[in-house]
This record gives sequence, C-alpha cells and structure tokens, in this order.
Amino acid sequence: MNITLKCFASLKRHLPNHAKANQAPVEINENMSVHQAIDYFKIDREEAYLVILNGVFVCPPDRDSTMLKENDTLALWPEVAGG
Amino acid sequence: MSWAGKLLRVNLTTAEITTESLNEEWKNDYLGSRGLASKYLSEEIDPACDPLSAENKMIMATGPLTGTSAATAGRYVVVTKGPLTNCIACSNSGGFIGAEMKNAGWDMVIFEGKSPKPVYLYVENDKAELLDADEIWGTSVWNTDEWLHNKHQDPLLRIAAVGRPAENGCFYAGIVNDLHRAAGRSGVGSVMASKNLKAVAIRGTKGVGNISDPEGFMKAVNEGKAVLAENPVTGQGLPAYGTQVLMNVINEIGALPAHNMKDVQFDGAHAISGEAMHEPRKSDGKPNLTTNAACFGCTIACGRISTIDQGHFSVENKSQYWGNSGGLEYEAAWALGADNGVDDLDALTYVNFICNEEGFDPITFGATVAAAMEMYEDGVLTKEQTGGIEFNFGSALALTKAADWVAANEGFGVDLALGSKRLCEKYGRPELSMTVKGQEFPAYDPRGIQGIGLNYATSNRGACHVRGYTVASEVLGIPEKTDPLTAEGKPGLVKAFQDATGAVDSSGICLFTTFAWSLDNIAPQVEAACGGGWTAERLAEVGERIWNLEREFNLKAGITSADDTLPARLRTEAAKTGPAKGLVSKVEEMMPEYYELRGWSTDGVPTEETRKKLGLS
Repeated sequence: MNITLKCFASLKRHLPNHAKANQAPVEINENMSVHQAIDYFKIDREEAYLVILNGVFVCPPDRDSTMLKENDTLALWPEVAGG
Repeated sequence: MSWAGKLLRVNLTTAEITTESLNEEWKNDYLGSRGLASKYLSEEIDPACDPLSAENKMIMATGPLTGTSAATAGRYVVVTKGPLTNCIACSNSGGFIGAEMKNAGWDMVIFEGKSPKPVYLYVENDKAELLDADEIWGTSVWNTDEWLHNKHQDPLLRIAAVGRPAENGCFYAGIVNDLHRAAGRSGVGSVMASKNLKAVAIRGTKGVGNISDPEGFMKAVNEGKAVLAENPVTGQGLPAYGTQVLMNVINEIGALPAHNMKDVQFDGAHAISGEAMHEPRKSDGKPNLTTNAACFGCTIACGRISTIDQGHFSVENKSQYWGNSGGLEYEAAWALGADNGVDDLDALTYVNFICNEEGFDPITFGATVAAAMEMYEDGVLTKEQTGGIEFNFGSALALTKAADWVAANEGFGVDLALGSKRLCEKYGRPELSMTVKGQEFPAYDPRGIQGIGLNYATSNRGACHVRGYTVASEVLGIPEKTDPLTAEGKPGLVKAFQDATGAVDSSGICLFTTFAWSLDNIAPQVEAACGGGWTAERLAEVGERIWNLEREFNLKAGITSADDTLPARLRTEAAKTGPAKGLVSKVEEMMPEYYELRGWSTDGVPTEETRKKLGLS
C-alpha cells in the first residue's frame, strides 16, 4: 500500500532518491505497524524520536500496536527543539 | 557570591553617573537579571507612568552567572515599562555585551530621566561617561556600531544600540547588540530612544571573580557542559538546524498559525524551514545558511549566519546586503513568512537583516503586516493607503517594502510602526489584532497547542513563548510528552514552566539549556558561584516570586483579569485542518484552575496568603 514518508533534519538521509521537500510517496506491505515501517526504512528506532502519524504524535509504547493504513502520512524527526 | 556587587546609575537628565552597592536582600530573593531588575524597577517607578516619559526607567542587567565559564553565560536583560503593552517589559538577549558588562565590574546599569540631547554611554571598567551622539542620531544600529568602533579604535568594544524606528517612536523597536542579537520585544528600544540614549558601549577587562566555591564551580560547570554535549537537541539538532527545525514540526501537527491566524497550517512551510536553509540555491549553488554561530560562552551555537541570493529582487543594487549576516530564527521566519503567507526564503532573510540593522522586532512587525494584509483583502485598506502596491497575503514585495518603510518611518510604515493593536483600532477592526495585552503572538497556535495558549494569556509581558515554553512538553516531549490538544493538567504545566523560566532568566544563562537541563542541573552551578544554599526548590520559588512581582506591577499599571485572554478568533473560530480541526482554545476553561494554583483570587490578584508566602511587600 502507499503512504507518504517524511524525514526531517538528520533523518533526511533515509529518504529515497525521488524525495522532494523532505517527503516521498513510498510503497510498503499491508499490516505494518509504525515500528515495523521504521525498521523497514532502516531507521534506528531510537533516532526516530518524534514520530507523527497524520499529524498526531505516536507514543513509544503505541508504536508496535499502531498500524499504518493506505494514504497515511508518517513524519519522523530525531530529537529536536527550538523556540 | 559571583555578583559584581555594584550597579551604575545614570541620570540622563543631569548627566550624573553614580555607583551603588547591589541590594543584598533583594539579590537573595530575586537572584539577578530579570528578577532583580524587575524588583528595582517596581520599587523605583510608578507602574502607571507613561512608558515613553522621563519618569520611566530602563535597566540593563546581568545575572550572577553572566560572564562566568558556565555554558551560555552571556545573557543580559532590558527591564522597563514597555510602550507596546503598557506592562512590565523584560527582553533577554545573548551576544557578548552582557558578559562584557560583568567583566567591567557591573551587575546592572539603571538609566533614569531624559537627556536633553542625543548621547551614548561609554563604559571602560570603572570609567563611565556620557558622550555626544549627534553624529549617529538618525542612523541605523549597524552604522552606529561601526562609528563607535572607529571612534574608540577598539575592535573588542561591545555595543548595544537603537536604530531609526526607535527614535521615531515605533512601538516595537528593540535594542540590538553585537550587530544581530537583540533585546527585541515589547518596544524596549523605543524607551531607550525616548531618553535620547543612542547606544551603550562597554569594554571590560576585569574578569568575573567572587566565585564562592571555585573548585565546585568548575566541577558543576563541566558536568553541565557534558550534559549539553551529549543531549541530541543541544549537542546536534540546534547547532545544525537552529530553532528553524521547528517549522516543519509545528506545521505537521497543525499548530502553525498562518494568514493572521486564520489558518493553522501553511502550504509554503517547507520552503522557509530550517531544512530549506540547507538546500543549494538554483542561482549560485549556495545554501541560505552559511554557518552557525554562538553567543558568549555558548556550547550549543544555535545562531544562524546566512546570505541572500544576490539576484533576488530585494537586494538588487543593494550590495551592502550581499554578505553574511544574522539569519532566520524560527519565530522570525514564522512571523515574516507563514503569518503573511510568504514562502520566499530570500525575502524573509532580507527583512530579517533590516530588522537587525534598524532594530525592530520581527515577530510584532510580521504579525502587524499580517493584520494589514487581512484588512487589505477585506477592503478596509486600499492600494493608495498601502504605498501604491497590492498588499495581499503571499506578497513578498509587500513584505519587503513594509520593512523598508518602517525602517525609514515613511508612507504606510508610519501606520505599521504602531503594531497590530493600534493599527487595527485605527482602521476600525480591533478584532484582527492577534495580541495579548498589546503584544503579538509567536509561532504556535493555541488551538493546536492548548497549554501555550494559557501561557500567552497570562504572560506578564503580553503574548510570549519564552515565558513558559510548554511546547517543549506538548510537542517535543521535553521533559515528558503531554497531549497538545487537551486542556487537562495544563494550568499546572504552565505554572511550572513559567516559574522555572523566571529562575533561568535571572541566573544569566540561556533558556535553551533547559532542553537538556532541569533546575537540578542549574542549581549546583548557581550554588557554587553564589553560595548561600541555592537548590532547585529555591530557584523555583524565586521564579514564582518574580512572576508575582511582575503581576503586581501590571495590576498597578491597570491590567485586570479581563486582559488574561486570547483574541476572539482563537476562542471562537475553530481550526480548519490538521489534528486540531474543529477545536478552539480552551483558555477560559483553564484560567480558574491556573489562578487557584497561583494562589490568586478569582479576579487574578495574588492573595495576602500568597504574598506572605513569597515575601512580597
């Protein structure tokens, strides 16, 4: 199924070559959890600190049980802050 | 000890300069910088005074850690009554002049009265004198900086100055030090200019002594620096991307105010983000960001140094802006960009340069332009009133012209220099000013981040993110994640952030350390520097005391609980997109609990019990 993967800051290196503006449409297997998708893209689970699915933060304990759906947007950041 | 123990009092009316010992009791109750200066101001002026009159005073103050080897110990504040808000104003800045003041042997400088002619204060260790500023009056901050360096033939002279907008009474002029660091908010620069004070130039070579426990201090400082270096935010994220890394985060969660806060997401967010600042330009292959930069003693180095594309319309035939200078921080990029619907990174960088060169606050300026754009699109303002150009959302030309006009105080810039509250009132649309107590919002929408809305509504200097940055918890998970969309538990969270911030600000270090440090990391450094039993609990109590002191100043200035609110748009017009879709700010629901936790009456007044507990008199 198709989702949009967004990787920001130092995680940009994990995006496929066709990515533009830190995002890319990608195809993944059905029935994948957030954690499984992060593994699939070879991203360190701990480095993907800020995990935002369709705009909503997914807590670490929920990343195994939260399943991705068609047309979801998964956005990832390392630990960042500003102000 | 760590305090220098002395202050300079500069009477601008009589040109008399005297020295005083620091008040021993007050420094133990208020620590330094923001807290101590607020205590002096509260004691010395009538809070109801006209902020631009000679009756108002302006205090530049350092904290006990300023100028020491503690990480980020370069901070100073400007405390006064602000013209934008008619509330107590405290603008905090980094750079180098704060540490220089401490190295010259002064904890603070109190300016009072009004000079009969333009002057600047020159300080060289114990020597302090008022010198003639006729030649630099009517010129920019950057020109003033160059002129003073040339005149005194001292490249290490540290300078804070005001530009032309301050002289012309712009309600949001700031004080710029070291070319592109600023005590930027609430119009503190206009207070300085109203006293005919153009600049403060300081050279200090004494060093900062009086460390209570030097060995313990070095140990505590080194332990603190190790924590900052190992933390991914302060050790990697902020140096690489600066505060601008937030642009995409806040847009993704649907809390990026856009188009004068009509929207909570901006399609052009990526084009003006920290990531975009790293991408090569098509024209010359260079990125907007040249390098990062650090203030005095900072091991984080979040500052941005940028260039503008030389072919960009804003700098055509203006080669003076082709070099490197202070680049976009998140708040400026948001206010100039998303809030105006402008996604042109070069245009934003140009306006940021102008704000630094001439000394005016990009947050209030950007939000004022946004209000003007909404009034233009509503037909309230005409093209004739906006300098003959279309003033629609998304116009980079309108934005850059507006900056030039405010800098020169010409045309529509005279109106824009009022700030959005006065501008919208002038044109009969007060509801379009996105302000609290007259000050414009920073870059987080209270519909999508509920706690920050309560912080905005209660901030003692008007809408402000750095009075209680609950975004750290609600969005970024620091120190622990809370749900941004709920009001539950937020009054306590807001109070805790506000109190801790008061203590951090008063110590003389940068608030950004708190992405890695808690008060438990800061207390050992303060204790080793100052002695006298400084614990995390005592620091939090000092922060709470400061909050109540500022509150009492504002109550005497005429602020009431009716001012502790948000504009109707945020309370009645629901977010249109993103996770907060359908939500409004629940600020009214949170306020009673906040007052109760503060120990205030239902009218927002500290009770006698609270005053007694905190030793307020």
